[in-house]
Amino acid sequence: MKPAAGVTVGANPSSPAMSAPLVNATTEPAPNSLADAGFVAELRKQMIKFAQMHLRDSHLAEDAVQEALTGAWVGGKRFAGRAAFKTWVFAILKNKVADLLRHKQRTVDASSMLKDDDDASLDDFFDGRGHWLQEAKPAAWRCPEASLEQQQFWAVLEVCLEGMPAAQARVFMMRELMDFETDEICTTVGITSSNFFVTMHRARLRLRECLDQRWFSKAT
Amino acid sequence: MAKTSMMITCDKATLLMSEGQDRPLRTGERTVLRVHTWMCSNCRQFGKQLGFIRQAMTGFAQRDQTNTDGDNDDQPRGNSRG
Repeated sequence: MKPAAGVTVGANPSSPAMSAPLVNATTEPAPNSLADAGFVAELRKQMIKFAQMHLRDSHLAEDAVQEALTGAWVGGKRFAGRAAFKTWVFAILKNKVADLLRHKQRTVDASSMLKDDDDASLDDFFDGRGHWLQEAKPAAWRCPEASLEQQQFWAVLEVCLEGMPAAQARVFMMRELMDFETDEICTTVGITSSNFFVTMHRARLRLRECLDQRWFSKAT
Repeated sequence: MAKTSMMITCDKATLLMSEGQDRPLRTGERTVLRVHTWMCSNCRQFGKQLGFIRQAMTGFAQRDQTNTDGDNDDQPRGNSRG
């Protein structure tokens, strides 16, 4: 049996991320990563965090992770190492989460929340004539790229993302983390493209401010 | 088609910059934006930082799914120094 045949549990392995571990799989005999309880516990924790961040619903997140792990249980034995295995599991999880985001019922009526959000939230950044408020003016960030090398930066980014209002976060993360097309986001969430652009603008202003306050203005 | 004024304010300029990350801007939009950022260092700064945020989000997405942590196979995770 060819390796690809048993892999379809839990997700469509269409993501490019999935091709890498499969190539490695033929080169070495793979340890069964799922046999290591500590590794699985840590992995599960990271997966829950990922799913929770996108779905903002602990039950849905829990379900998605279980399904992804179940899928991986069947497919996982062929992987050359934990890194390859983890990439694979996360690719399954990402597909699963994307599906859930597509079909998530509009219980939180994102469209109306986003529409209500209109001009009020710009007051934190701009005055009545559309100029930057003194305290909101973007100051220069020194060597921001160097931050990408620092563990602590990613923790701060995560805090900032978690602090976003739920409806805004959903749109922003579908776009920035899940690579949804704009049209699909608008259809799924039930907003116009103009709502979408306004929401992304708000989200970026907030995120910029949060990174500025929690990271860049602290690095002295 | 309405003729766009050459002058835009910072709230509109930053919205356009943000839109520029999600769709191609039209020529007229690019022009007014360029004129605005010539004059406005705050928005120029904002534009640079938007680019960085995109970069960071891309890194964040990849980071989640690969082996940046929790993968130092046999190393103890705590910092228990002797």
